[in-house]
Amino acid sequence: MTTTLDKPDTRETAGDPRPQRRLNTPMLLAYLVLTVGIVVTLFPFMWMLLTSLKSFQELFNLSFLPESPTLDNYRQVLLETKFIQWFGNSLLVAGVTTATVLFFDSMVGYTLAKFDFPGKNLIFILILSTLMIPTEMLVIPWFVGVSDIHLTGSVPGAYFAIMFPGLMSAFGVFLMRQFFETLPDDLLEAARIDGMSEFGIFWRIALPLVRPALASLAIFTFLGNWNAFLWPLIVIQRPEFRTLPVGTALFNGEAGTQWGLIMAASSLAVIPVLIVFAIFQKQIIEGIVLTGMKG
Amino acid sequence: MTVTAPPKARRGGSMRRHQTRTAYTFLLVPLIFYLIVRFLPTLSALRLSLFDWNILKDTQPFVGTENYQRLFADEKFGQALRNTALYTVIGVPAQIALGLIVALLLNKIIALRGLFRALYFAPYVTPIVAAAWVWQWLFSPQFGPVNTFLIWLHITPQNFLNSPDQALATTAALVVWQNLGFQIVLFLAGLSAIPRSYYEAAEIDGANGTQAFWKITWPLLNPTIVFSVVTGTISYLQLFTQVVNLNFTDQGGPLGSTMTVALYIYQIAFGRFQMGYASAITVVLFLIILAITLFQLRFLTRRYDL
Repeated sequence: MTTTLDKPDTRETAGDPRPQRRLNTPMLLAYLVLTVGIVVTLFPFMWMLLTSLKSFQELFNLSFLPESPTLDNYRQVLLETKFIQWFGNSLLVAGVTTATVLFFDSMVGYTLAKFDFPGKNLIFILILSTLMIPTEMLVIPWFVGVSDIHLTGSVPGAYFAIMFPGLMSAFGVFLMRQFFETLPDDLLEAARIDGMSEFGIFWRIALPLVRPALASLAIFTFLGNWNAFLWPLIVIQRPEFRTLPVGTALFNGEAGTQWGLIMAASSLAVIPVLIVFAIFQKQIIEGIVLTGMKG
Repeated sequence: MTVTAPPKARRGGSMRRHQTRTAYTFLLVPLIFYLIVRFLPTLSALRLSLFDWNILKDTQPFVGTENYQRLFADEKFGQALRNTALYTVIGVPAQIALGLIVALLLNKIIALRGLFRALYFAPYVTPIVAAAWVWQWLFSPQFGPVNTFLIWLHITPQNFLNSPDQALATTAALVVWQNLGFQIVLFLAGLSAIPRSYYEAAEIDGANGTQAFWKITWPLLNPTIVFSVVTGTISYLQLFTQVVNLNFTDQGGPLGSTMTVALYIYQIAFGRFQMGYASAITVVLFLIILAITLFQLRFLTRRYDL
């Protein structure tokens, strides 16, 4: 892991024996295959975007490009459905869970990496083992519990009900622990001798040093909660509390199969994520690089 | 904790006590969370599976292992289990093979590498619901561009999602398409950890590209491959969102051909409200995941010395 941190340019150690700087036949072939792959990969996006610009009349003629592009589908989605509200709900849910995951997962990861105490390994194994519990298994007791206390009737209750399963994540604990283990103990010990409180050492010394890990954990948590489907689908009854994936999924049934609207809604749902991805591309990839290493 | 003892006094036993106290203070809230939100519900599912627990009925009688016995006779569960196994067997190797090929190709090129990597990653960040809709349209027998393309190639148009024989493979293709970007980056990470000196040494010894791949790349990628196989298998065994959204009117596909265990659990629990029976299925799913994960970790993990 440290090698990756030290050398952000992976080219020097890359798996290929001899990365060549000049174009030659194998490299040209690689470009050709990769380009074909990209075209296939991105075709669904192009199709979605182009279809969303087609009017109802030309929806089913099989031309690739819309003859007379229109934004009418977008107007309808934004003004005649609850799309904007669902969008806001998703933003709230994903935002709050990301904040709590960052705080608690880093605190647990730090504790498991930097303290010596009885039960430490057991706690780590127990937390990690929750990754194997299928969501479906938890969803049923959660639903029974939430129904018993009538949680989803009011505004804070409904949002809390959607969020609570995602407030902490075992994956994040694993990731943060790996990072904190690379911090030198001497640094923390020095702060301790200076009389800093234990929380202060964690918050002001350790946490700022693992910022790259926090960034990638933030992005994955946000994506995960932004796209969460099963639990929000089950727990929300009222249309106004729906998140974007659930709202748009059920929107299919409610609006009939209005493909133009569906494609416009899909495009709108994709755009913010793609923007976030374009901005944070480097951190996202680095995050996978650093977690993937630990296999 | 507020009083800071002089460093000398914190050696040995008292230092360990101090560490233990601090650790458990930090862990208090998370431990309560894991207990209430993860462990107690797991036990609760085990308990529910022993009852005829229907939330629409007044009484929830204890039925012992009846729910589990019912499972053995349930043909639809058998089909869901077979389908789920099929998804895993198609999807995991497919995304690993494609991911590895693209990662190796990306490693060959210099210019535009970042852009290509980003474009391949895009499906991974796409909302599944949106992706599923586009997929439905692309593979539509009547007005889908895939069939238009097949006709252009003089190949008979296919039914894809409407055909019991092809629906599962088409669904698996969607999942592979979505996961591929993540897989590629994972392999790029794994490849970047292999020191170039190994390849240089192999070259001096006269090894060709194929030999270098099987003797150096493949064994040294083992940790990444194990990670991919284990996490990929767990996620395929819980396949749900793609299957639901690919066919919203006929969930589970034509003749149940795309039905997964997770979707079946959902239908039993939240369509028919038979929480007891659904819980029994979740317990079986949990045991399957546990067994497969332990098996994979035991038999895939290898230590190679070079």
